[in-house]
Amino acid sequence: MTVIVSQLFTGVSIGAVLLLIALGLSLTFGQMGVINMAHGEFIMAGAYTVYVLQKVITGAGWSLLVALPLAFAVAGAMGVLLEFLLIRRLYARPLDTLLVTWGVSLILQQLARDIFGAPNVQTRAPDALTGNIKITDDLVLSNNRLFILALALLAVVALTLVLRFSSLGRRIRAVVQNRDLAAVSGIPTGRVDRLTFLIGSGLAGVAGVALTLLGPIGPTMGTNVIIDAFLVVVAGGIGHLKGSVIVAFALGTLQSLVEYSTTVSVAKVGVFVAIVAFLQWRPQGLFTLRTRSLA
Amino acid sequence: MRSLSWRAGAGFAVGAVLLFGVAPFALSDFRLSLLAKYLCLAMVAVGIGLAWGRGGLLTLGQGVFFGLGGYAMAMHMKLADAGPGEMPDFMQLYGQLDALPWWWRPFANPAFALPATVLLPMLVAFLLGSLVFRRRVRGAYFAILSQALAAAMAILLIGQQGTTGGTNGLTDFQGFFGYDLDDPVNQRMVYFIVAGVLLLLLAIARQLMRSRYGELLVAVRDSEERVRFLGYNPANVKLVAYVTAAGMAGLAGALFVPAVGIINPALIGIVPSIEFVIGVAVGGRASLLGPVLGAVAVAWAKTTLSEEFPAAWTYLQGLLFVLVVAFLPGGLASVVRLLRRRRRPPPDPAPVSPAPVVAQEVTA
Repeated sequence: MTVIVSQLFTGVSIGAVLLLIALGLSLTFGQMGVINMAHGEFIMAGAYTVYVLQKVITGAGWSLLVALPLAFAVAGAMGVLLEFLLIRRLYARPLDTLLVTWGVSLILQQLARDIFGAPNVQTRAPDALTGNIKITDDLVLSNNRLFILALALLAVVALTLVLRFSSLGRRIRAVVQNRDLAAVSGIPTGRVDRLTFLIGSGLAGVAGVALTLLGPIGPTMGTNVIIDAFLVVVAGGIGHLKGSVIVAFALGTLQSLVEYSTTVSVAKVGVFVAIVAFLQWRPQGLFTLRTRSLA
Repeated sequence: MRSLSWRAGAGFAVGAVLLFGVAPFALSDFRLSLLAKYLCLAMVAVGIGLAWGRGGLLTLGQGVFFGLGGYAMAMHMKLADAGPGEMPDFMQLYGQLDALPWWWRPFANPAFALPATVLLPMLVAFLLGSLVFRRRVRGAYFAILSQALAAAMAILLIGQQGTTGGTNGLTDFQGFFGYDLDDPVNQRMVYFIVAGVLLLLLAIARQLMRSRYGELLVAVRDSEERVRFLGYNPANVKLVAYVTAAGMAGLAGALFVPAVGIINPALIGIVPSIEFVIGVAVGGRASLLGPVLGAVAVAWAKTTLSEEFPAAWTYLQGLLFVLVVAFLPGGLASVVRLLRRRRRPPPDPAPVSPAPVVAQEVTA
């Protein structure tokens, strides 16, 4: 019993990491339809923000707290720059956006290699996050995993509130649902796109900060996680946050359970097969935005 | 029409003379074997040109099919090296297994292994394609799924070290159907086979592109709904292109193994799979020869630059992706066409197309 519960916790914490990474994507890919392969490198930028910050602020706890907004700003600024320079010109060609941003991600990875060196680097975790919480003798929950879970949930709640109640959120939803109608209603769609990209990319930076708690950081850390995150958004459905949330936790749990009974590599294949099978049932993802287009 | 097919015939003749008459004499053995490697990559590019350039299917997982073909051939060569009833050397080395795994056994028979290099990738493409296209999963969704397949395949191969060689892959081959691969004469023979197969694949691709099916494929790319309303099933049209491209990639992988002497997960994962695409984009995705020349050029640039300046090569590769795809979506083929058009103005005014997303047509 405790084995199952502890595997479930592992699954939920894998899901939380996936969710943090996928949350930004569900804005840029889910809401705007832009496939940003450089999203993984924005995560990397967030992680290196912690690394650089710890050279200035030595206290691990403070540096983590400062890093969260700072990483959001750094990654968000990179996202806005990317949108302004390249993606803006490619809205009519989503597949080409994928290839262009892949090129950007190659360049950013090499930049990171040139600046910080190719080997992985380690950041310090605050003391408060290195311990465990013992529920029973067998069931031990680690603090950093709990922190990431809390961070992911906080991000979901904040993003939901922004999308649902703020004027920016209303504009974002309006542009997603009908770009032309939004434009004639006086919404500056170009600026809304840029702000959406700022938030989505900024969330990648926050995810990067969270990843520093789980292991060393390096130039290719983004590539390793980005595909899974895209799968989450694909299976979750375009234009809905709750789809991504449910799928992230479902995939995390599935992976942890398959991993426990077989191996990591089989689990990866299992997740892929599960998603293809799932898309047979729901080709547009878990939740779909109802439009009048033929699909 | 007649003049066109005459030009195509002349083009093939020139290609054949260059590949068979000039290259073997002008290049050293080392350069020739490098060229054989590039030509294998170009075969994958022919398939991508068909599926992506003509069909709009951005397949980021061609490495999977390349790998299936490559591993099928490599498994046969390993078993042939080991001799009947014996296990390949690496399995004995790791010592985890007492007997050959059941799924290795059929590959000892060349009558199974050789067709399998092409049919196995086609089968996998058929299964995935029919599941995905019939449910109208398309565009970016398809691209991401194909990429995830490449990731899953590479991870699976690495994880099963005892039976697949893991990260090292399969390498250290002695013979190719009884011919000693260390002998330069036999390396030349492999090159000739590769060059011949590439020409054959180009001929197949040309016939497909110029057939009624080719027209339909372009129509599906440009307006899938309209094709559906005309009474065709776009899923089947896409499936044929995807399966054909997979077969070409499988054949390329199968020839890559004797030509280069290795197949491993690093050759088939996400990164190599997307590198196949950049050559196609540079050359011109919708043209026939563009993908081939682009793939050879990019592969050549990679070997030349990446050894001396690895960092500079990565920057250049990234810039290639950005600049070519964003600002020259038709690739170098569109530049050639532009120059040709400027030199001799067309007799009738070109039809106004609302959104020239990709180079619309190539008729040569």
